Amino acid sequence: MDGEELTEQETALYDRQIRVWGADAQRRLSKSHILVSGLKGSVIEFCKNIVLAGVGSVTLNDDRLVTEELLTANFLVPPDPNVYTGKSLAELCSDSLKDFNPMVRVSVQRGELSNFDVDFFHKFDAVVISSCSLSTKKSVNEKCRKSLKRIAFYTVDCRDSCGEIFVDLQDYIYNKKKEDETIECHIEYPTLEEAISAPWKSLPRKVSKLYLALRVVEKFEELEGRSRGETSAADLPKIQKLRKELCDAQSHAESQIPDALLERLLKGRTEFPPVCAIIGGILGQEVIKAISGKGDPLKNFFFFDAMDGKGIIEDIGNPKPK
Amino acid sequence: MDSEQQQSAIEGAKVLMVGAGGIGCELLKTLALSGFRDIHIIDMDTIEVSNLNRQFLFRQSHVGQSKAKVARDAVLKFRPGISITSYHANVKDPDFNVDFFKQFNVVMNGLDNLDARRHVNRLCLASGVPLIESGTTGFLGQVTVQIKGKTECYECQNKPAPKTYPVCTITSTPSKFVHCVVWAKDLLFAKLFGPKNQENDLNVRSSDSSSSSEQVEDVFEHKKGEEIEQYARKIFDHVFGYNIELALSNEDTWKSRGKPRPIYCKDVDVIPTEHVHQNGNQGRGSAAGDMTSVSAMATLGLKNPQDLWSLKENTAVFLEALKLFLSKREKEIGNLSFDKDDQLAVELVTAAANIRATSFGIPLHSLFETKGIAGNIVHAVATTNAVIAGLIVIEAIKVLENDVKNYRMTFCLEHSSNKMLLMPVEPFEANKSCYVCSETPLTLEINTRRSKLRDLIDKIVKAKLGMSSPLIMQDSTLLYEVGDDLDEGEVANYAANLEKVLSELPSPVRGGTILTVEDLQQEFKCSINIKHREEFDEEKEPDGMVLSGWTQAQAAEKNSNVSADNGASTSGASQAASTMPEDDDDLQIIIPPPVSGRKRKLSSVTATSGVASAAAKEPKIKRKAEEIDGDNENDIVMLDDGNISKKGEA
Repeated sequence: MDGEELTEQETALYDRQIRVWGADAQRRLSKSHILVSGLKGSVIEFCKNIVLAGVGSVTLNDDRLVTEELLTANFLVPPDPNVYTGKSLAELCSDSLKDFNPMVRVSVQRGELSNFDVDFFHKFDAVVISSCSLSTKKSVNEKCRKSLKRIAFYTVDCRDSCGEIFVDLQDYIYNKKKEDETIECHIEYPTLEEAISAPWKSLPRKVSKLYLALRVVEKFEELEGRSRGETSAADLPKIQKLRKELCDAQSHAESQIPDALLERLLKGRTEFPPVCAIIGGILGQEVIKAISGKGDPLKNFFFFDAMDGKGIIEDIGNPKPK
Repeated sequence: MDSEQQQSAIEGAKVLMVGAGGIGCELLKTLALSGFRDIHIIDMDTIEVSNLNRQFLFRQSHVGQSKAKVARDAVLKFRPGISITSYHANVKDPDFNVDFFKQFNVVMNGLDNLDARRHVNRLCLASGVPLIESGTTGFLGQVTVQIKGKTECYECQNKPAPKTYPVCTITSTPSKFVHCVVWAKDLLFAKLFGPKNQENDLNVRSSDSSSSSEQVEDVFEHKKGEEIEQYARKIFDHVFGYNIELALSNEDTWKSRGKPRPIYCKDVDVIPTEHVHQNGNQGRGSAAGDMTSVSAMATLGLKNPQDLWSLKENTAVFLEALKLFLSKREKEIGNLSFDKDDQLAVELVTAAANIRATSFGIPLHSLFETKGIAGNIVHAVATTNAVIAGLIVIEAIKVLENDVKNYRMTFCLEHSSNKMLLMPVEPFEANKSCYVCSETPLTLEINTRRSKLRDLIDKIVKAKLGMSSPLIMQDSTLLYEVGDDLDEGEVANYAANLEKVLSELPSPVRGGTILTVEDLQQEFKCSINIKHREEFDEEKEPDGMVLSGWTQAQAAEKNSNVSADNGASTSGASQAASTMPEDDDDLQIIIPPPVSGRKRKLSSVTATSGVASAAAKEPKIKRKAEEIDGDNENDIVMLDDGNISKKGEA
């Protein structure tokens, strides 16, 4: 044990969840620090979940000024221009989240995510980023990896009624109880770079179409110099062309990336609140697992599509040998 | 998604939510964000501290207020333009009748108990309104679409139900800690503080000693002038010492079992506490709100509810808690029933269960753990509820669009199966012999020359068929009904019928008779074929009657609910201890998730999926590759009564 016991107040508040994951896990949670960047629907859901669960602190980063569009799947900020005008999304969400659980410190970190250095990320146990470009995601992932401490790294992307979570826990060791004995499990994760550049031939059989389609859309945004989600149905012909090029280069059948799916993903900024709740819920659970060391963490992608209703785990991309 | 058409379906819908707890809070939020504009929500509960870790619409300052109303106000803050109507009421209230249900396009349940779910199921069937049923326990969850004539109803399949234990296991031969908790809570606690006159029920003495209950009464009676310290020690010695000695004298019992050890106060080196310390806030009344202010743990300086107590500590807690009840809460004695939120009651039950466990060589448990067992606390985390609420809304939208072929039942699993953490399957078909949705008659074997109408109503119509205001008819003769509009003559007539043996009713009920049983509020009616039978096995058929053709509730090992229904039965030692789950905010899983993946055995998944494994009948799986969007890679797992097979894969 860590020596510090849960207070009476904590035991009362967290009673039902301690019955699920135990007092030790709760203690570890209450000492953890989480960085969250890009506060759209699924990430807001995630924030709610970990603040309720009782992490030590949550640091919010999102300097965007609030607009009506940013609030479509946001239950933290009232859609009242008198309230939100002139304030950043992080500031407003922070005010509201603090209220959810007085035992969690919620604060705001201003600044551009891509400008933070390794020392900055070192302060956190888990980093969750969303609403940023692929290159920013990769660079934050690398910085987390450079830190001496193991930082759990997650990216989230929800477009229309589809969602993706990526997880990098680096070298993750945890104990698993089987029958009466405890076994030590060791999982090695690839980086985001490694995971998205896996040759398509090497992918698991019947890999989720979302994995492929999202790579095409991401590549499209990168090539066109668009920011994340800055796409529309009008881009379909161009993206079909890109799909063909990528499929040809990877000798992959184009039919694995259907037009209907691409069309939906091109509505990059639309969020479907039920999907945000699902993605934010799964992500919350994964972060709680990684911090508490309780439960099998998912490796390394999770996909959900409301069209077929499946929530699928894919294990993609091998870590480079050291 | 065809967003314009979908959005107008959502905006034009009028929906009913039943339950504003763990799932309810998440659901109300997600509905509002998704564009629903007319939401009605019913919940009879008020907010408690242990809700706050997941029912995120509630704050500390709301404790004690109506869940439905606070949830409404909280959601209107971020979606001020919509209409939310809250009802702080029981869904079983007569106001919520079939006409009330008919105004909605879809009903969504976020309930915590079987009884209310059955009730809503019947109202949805009667009003023809689609129902979306859901449940979570820990990391497991389930969402089901139930539409009359298209899918199964809530009562088509067996449900996990409270675990019951044979009385002799509880009274004489406990082998698990839970048996000791049941004993402490349902026998000892009820005996000490519950209504008097229940002496025959579940005697705290060994059931083998059939003799005088008078002597027992004497022991438990707190005589005037008797020092409470002395009384407490007397009770201790009687239940942990004398009763065990008595049980030991029946040697047959212990031939194949370890013998228990009697424990007497004097054997345990208890440090006597000085006369009870001032404890908590003095001068307060004994209102329910300050039940936690009196605590034996506080007096004894025990702080951590997760600690295991030694025999010495358990003994000290037992004696102290008993004394505190007698000195501080005297007025409540005689009317108390165990309440998991009553700190002193939990302390007493924990200590008593542990002392009994010590006698029987059973491992001890902390107060925290004991509270979970005794209170039948359902494990709950926010994330599962959030996921389940998202899935409910997705199904609700399909229902509004009448997208029948895409309805799914979805399981949220703890460990992925066939790569899936969220596993959709096609909804089950209705059970053709379901007595609720198919009008298939039930069969009741009963001794028509000995059983009274009252027995039939209490044990079958209310307890098993879940009717609250039944009407019973034979051909066109009314044998029984309830209601405000009855005249005095009818009331007297029905009261007299209750006490009559079936074969002597004005319209006699005998073998071959077909009874019609109806609940007017639920608009639910079924037929019962009566079969006369002379003898019943007291052990196996304690009701003295056997109903077949209905969905027998199955024992659920995991969420074992263990309390006896105080005073409900006087039928003696063969009566098993059982109850309905205590209300909490969340609820249990209903059906085990399907097993998929060709190489896995049925048992391997059900065994790892916690509560789900508890449901008795594992549906067998038929997998079928179905073509949904033009290719054959989107297989859907189908659950079926057949064997495992896989069709259609190229």
